[in-house]
Amino acid sequence: MSTVPDLLYSDVEDDLRAAVRAVLADRCGPAAVLGRIETAEPYDPALWRVLAGELGLAGLLVPEKLGGQGASAREAAVVLEELGGAVAPVPFLGSAVLATTALLGCGTAEAATAALLGRLAAGEVTAALAVPLSAAPGGTFPSAVRADAGGRLTGAVTSVADALTAGVLVVPALGPQGPGLYEVAAAEAVVGRPVSFDLTRPLADLRLDGARGRLLAGGDAAAAALERALLTGAGLLASEQVGVAQWCLDGTVEYLGERRQFGRVVGSFQALKHRLADVWLDVVSARAAARNAAGVLAASPYDPAEAALAVAVAQAYVSPVAVRAAEEAVQLHGGIGMTWEHPLHLYLKRAKADEIALGTAGRHRAALAGLVGLPAAG
Amino acid sequence: MRAAVRELLAGWDPATTEPGEFLRARFDAGLAWVHYPVGLGGLGAPRSEQAAVDAELAAAGAPGNDPRRIGIGLGMAAPTILAYGTPEQKARFLRPLWTGEEVWCQLFSEPGAGSDLAGLRTRAVRDGDEWVVDGQKVWTSSAHTARWAILIARTDPDVPKHRGITYFVCDMTDPGVEVRPLRQITGEAEFNEVFLTGVRIPDAHRLGEVGDGWRVAQATLMNERVAIGGGASVPRESGMVGPVAATWRERPELRTPELHDRLLRLWVDSEVARLTAERVRQQMAAGTPGPEGSGLKLSLARLNQQLSGLELELLGEQGLRYGDWTMVRPRSVDFYGRDAGYRYLRAKGNSIEGGTSEILRNIVAERVLGLPAEPRNDKDAAWKDLPR
Repeated sequence: MSTVPDLLYSDVEDDLRAAVRAVLADRCGPAAVLGRIETAEPYDPALWRVLAGELGLAGLLVPEKLGGQGASAREAAVVLEELGGAVAPVPFLGSAVLATTALLGCGTAEAATAALLGRLAAGEVTAALAVPLSAAPGGTFPSAVRADAGGRLTGAVTSVADALTAGVLVVPALGPQGPGLYEVAAAEAVVGRPVSFDLTRPLADLRLDGARGRLLAGGDAAAAALERALLTGAGLLASEQVGVAQWCLDGTVEYLGERRQFGRVVGSFQALKHRLADVWLDVVSARAAARNAAGVLAASPYDPAEAALAVAVAQAYVSPVAVRAAEEAVQLHGGIGMTWEHPLHLYLKRAKADEIALGTAGRHRAALAGLVGLPAAG
Repeated sequence: MRAAVRELLAGWDPATTEPGEFLRARFDAGLAWVHYPVGLGGLGAPRSEQAAVDAELAAAGAPGNDPRRIGIGLGMAAPTILAYGTPEQKARFLRPLWTGEEVWCQLFSEPGAGSDLAGLRTRAVRDGDEWVVDGQKVWTSSAHTARWAILIARTDPDVPKHRGITYFVCDMTDPGVEVRPLRQITGEAEFNEVFLTGVRIPDAHRLGEVGDGWRVAQATLMNERVAIGGGASVPRESGMVGPVAATWRERPELRTPELHDRLLRLWVDSEVARLTAERVRQQMAAGTPGPEGSGLKLSLARLNQQLSGLELELLGEQGLRYGDWTMVRPRSVDFYGRDAGYRYLRAKGNSIEGGTSEILRNIVAERVLGLPAEPRNDKDAAWKDLPR
């Protein structure tokens, strides 16, 4: 039996959380987010500059020798809890987690790759991993994009997260030698803007028509790098979902503690208190599952089997919890929860989109069936 | 700590020492519960060091005190005596309690006072240096084997209910104590009804001040919930999910897609409950306990019920049968030594005993989330004037 990692927060992690929270409180309040989601610039570049430049979040997972912070999945998870709690429109998950993990998995011996990671860490540019946000770990290598022998890429990838602001795309493509991961300048792609369900993480549709790509890794190495990125993304997404759920719970407790009907604070009605107690218990449990996933992903040496299991458990558990917390928040807020003016809908939309992102709970349960030896019927 | 263990083993060889004698020596060496004070079975050490002591002594073949048999004493009576007992009470009661020579039970719940425990009506009337107790208690495990009981009784009916209660240690061999088995949903009788008629308790066996029994009882109940929800680190698939997963693996002919989906959901919930309990343990070990522990019992009750229900369905035809309805007196509750039907029925009690899930949700909502209590009319009126 493997031992459970440290599920608490270290002093360093608490400090990091406080720093991120202070920036978000200052620059990413509900009014600011609501005010920009329908503009041409739904992402907040000024906020990202502060988070990336002053706090170094862009290079959190990049080793120090490449210009990053050399931190682990544990710290990235704490950042995601805070970003989720603010539904912050910044490309941390897509660039600093998914694309960065994919690039690190390609090997940094090549100078161009090391330099790219350095630019990402410095916040000079962001990158996006060119897969649909709904892509789950454990799948087959994507075939939406084909590469020719000269490294020219052709194909279309829809519903990519954090690609609208990206300068660089990390593109999985099938070439003459099989799977490959390619670096492509975003300017080489035609970027479409579909209407996204989650307004604070707008999607992009990418079309490549003979785009010039640089091969980052090929064959099994490419497949492994992509899998590691998706697994890391799914595991850390659980922490974002905890942040979303905690915000929904806190806001609802606060509201029910003030709202009066029938001559009483409605939070004194047992029927409502019990629902909030259940949400609280769900969130407390979700936090343990998310911390476990982050801890196992951060463990050295990395244990792929334990990581796959911890991530599947976290996603299978936390995704529905975040959705339930947001849905309960809408119901318990009554009419105000149905308005555009109140920010709650942003959290419901994020929670529901996150439920689909990087594999649904059902997909992760199906993966678990294989991982823990509980085979399906027949 | 190591040295104390070595010294104990050197002085009392587990292979040749009578188990009771060894346990008394272990208590006197301060290795019974290391976080207790010196002289009362402990060394004033951090609670986290107990596990290492237990492991080392077990490895040396030392006898245990069969904690399941004396759970009420260890989990509830002892911490309350430690917190509120006089020096004489601590010296008299804790040692035989820990060694198992004296079994304890808890006389709290009454037929008319379950969730509303403070409404209890068992009376204790002062008579010189003694108290005379009359009333009826229920759901008392171990009453038929117990030497002592922790008891709460009403000593002042003229004040509001929470303020008129006093906490006692009751001698279960008193001729006024009558214990009757309470047959339960599983067919057996783990618990008892206890009838108290003119039971005499010396005032020296009162725990805490007269009228302060409710506060003393809170310490007991807090420890009960910790005992029910807590425990040591456990491996994956511990608890009720284990037998269901084993049946799934061993009996492919029973599998259906619908059961598979439910099993995986509950497997995930069980693993997350395990991780949550582990996180609570880590918080305790770090000296930063959080409110998370309050939720463990809620989770485990639901899981035990859903998993055992699923297990019966999975078993199909076999689930139509039951091991044995014979009225017996089990020595302790053993979920896993019995069949799935027993687990299903016994688990129904998990959301009732030690605080119903409804009461626990109130506690979470009010004490953790800070939501206001329901308006009540029974808190300030004298107990004797309450409507009933």
